[in-house]
Amino acid sequence: MERVAVVDYGLGNLRSVTRGLERAGAAVRLTYDPAVVQACDRIVLPGVGAFREGMEHLRPLERVIREEARRVPVLGICLGMQMLLESSEEHGTHRGLGLVPGAVRSFPRVRGFKVPHMGWNTIRAEQPGDPLLDGLGEEEYVYFVHSYYADTGMADRLCSTEYILPFASVVRRGNARGVQFHPEKSGGVGLRILENFTERC
Amino acid sequence: MGTMVLTKRIIPCLDIKEGRVVKGTNFIGLRDAGDPVELAARYNEQGADEVVFLDITASSEGRGTIVEVIERAADQLFLPLTVGGGIRSTDDIRLILRAGADKVSVNTSAVERPSLIREAAEAFGTQCIVVAIDVRRNMEPNPIATPVTQADGRSCWYEVVTYGGNRPTGIDAIAWAREVEALGAGEVLLTSMETDGTKDGFDLPITAKVSEAVGIPVVASGGVGKLEHFYDGLVIGKADAVLAASVFHYGELTVRDVKQYLAGRGVPVRP
Repeated sequence: MERVAVVDYGLGNLRSVTRGLERAGAAVRLTYDPAVVQACDRIVLPGVGAFREGMEHLRPLERVIREEARRVPVLGICLGMQMLLESSEEHGTHRGLGLVPGAVRSFPRVRGFKVPHMGWNTIRAEQPGDPLLDGLGEEEYVYFVHSYYADTGMADRLCSTEYILPFASVVRRGNARGVQFHPEKSGGVGLRILENFTERC
Repeated sequence: MGTMVLTKRIIPCLDIKEGRVVKGTNFIGLRDAGDPVELAARYNEQGADEVVFLDITASSEGRGTIVEVIERAADQLFLPLTVGGGIRSTDDIRLILRAGADKVSVNTSAVERPSLIREAAEAFGTQCIVVAIDVRRNMEPNPIATPVTQADGRSCWYEVVTYGGNRPTGIDAIAWAREVEALGAGEVLLTSMETDGTKDGFDLPITAKVSEAVGIPVVASGGVGKLEHFYDGLVIGKADAVLAASVFHYGELTVRDVKQYLAGRGVPVRP
């Protein structure tokens, strides 16, 4: 059974992602302990809230996550994905984990477009064949809630989504993958992604 | 290739008392009608984009029941869940989110202590704080309030009301909507007491005015009775999402009926 560490900052809803991974057959450890993270086969960085606070919470685990990412698959979800990138311009400039090249940027304000980008939108595959997206169609509906977007090169972009502008909704560099949406809130498509991460990545 | 666009959300709301579903008309005359998780699962199958649980349990000893309901819902359903009712502090919010809710909705407590919105947004993120705003039309002249033109051409203003619509506050609804956005709310859930429970449709003038006044999403609530009302709320009312309770609850319409109707009229919805 795959042991998946879900990093627990003590904030937000971790129950849904835990149950989603368990459905995929994972043994989930909700943990804030570097030793436990190190002992697992996969790491999930969930995330709600602001980038700077998220990175502060992550600081005690930063070194171990960076090291483990050379060895095991890592999945960042929403803010967790944004923290995989190099930097964020959310309330100042802040450094991220730098596992995926790119920056987190603020949506430009455009009349008629509300921020946060909240609700169901489509992801469109930019590169075929990644095991995380196994069994999914060219376009699938998933649930988003975010006010900042990931700006990455096309080489590290598995999927794009369009809201105000086209942005990276699934990214990958090596073992590090990130999804801007919430797979644990995206019904069957989301559960398939969590299953793919657990079994195929 | 489909068109990539953020879809409009259809959100069933379940009123819950001591762990059981109820639905009141104008918040009076409640009827018990079952297990909230089962009902939410049915809405999920129909294509609901989110579900709202509104806890109307009055007694403090009964309030723990909602946590168990949220946990069961989160274990079985993988769609966004908002929980409102009686939330007064960041500790309350932490408990609700931890149980498996994605967003919390605050209402009276935010009017009485607006700093709750900022504290909650800072602790948990803007995206999970919904501010529910209940409003009532006020025809008394008020030079500092934002005028809203009614369908008949008359002008009035809308006043924020609390405690389930019972208590007028003197606060201008538009000003309050802007303030909650500035304090860090991620969404506004707007209910007009003029239309709530009537099945005559949403209160479109105030819905459009609030939606244009803020940069965050607005959910229209109160008064939906038939298919056209959903369209009107989204198109004329400019809402980003529509919430309904009794039309879904009593099976008059399914979420799927609504989505098929909206798609037929060119409104983007998730199939």
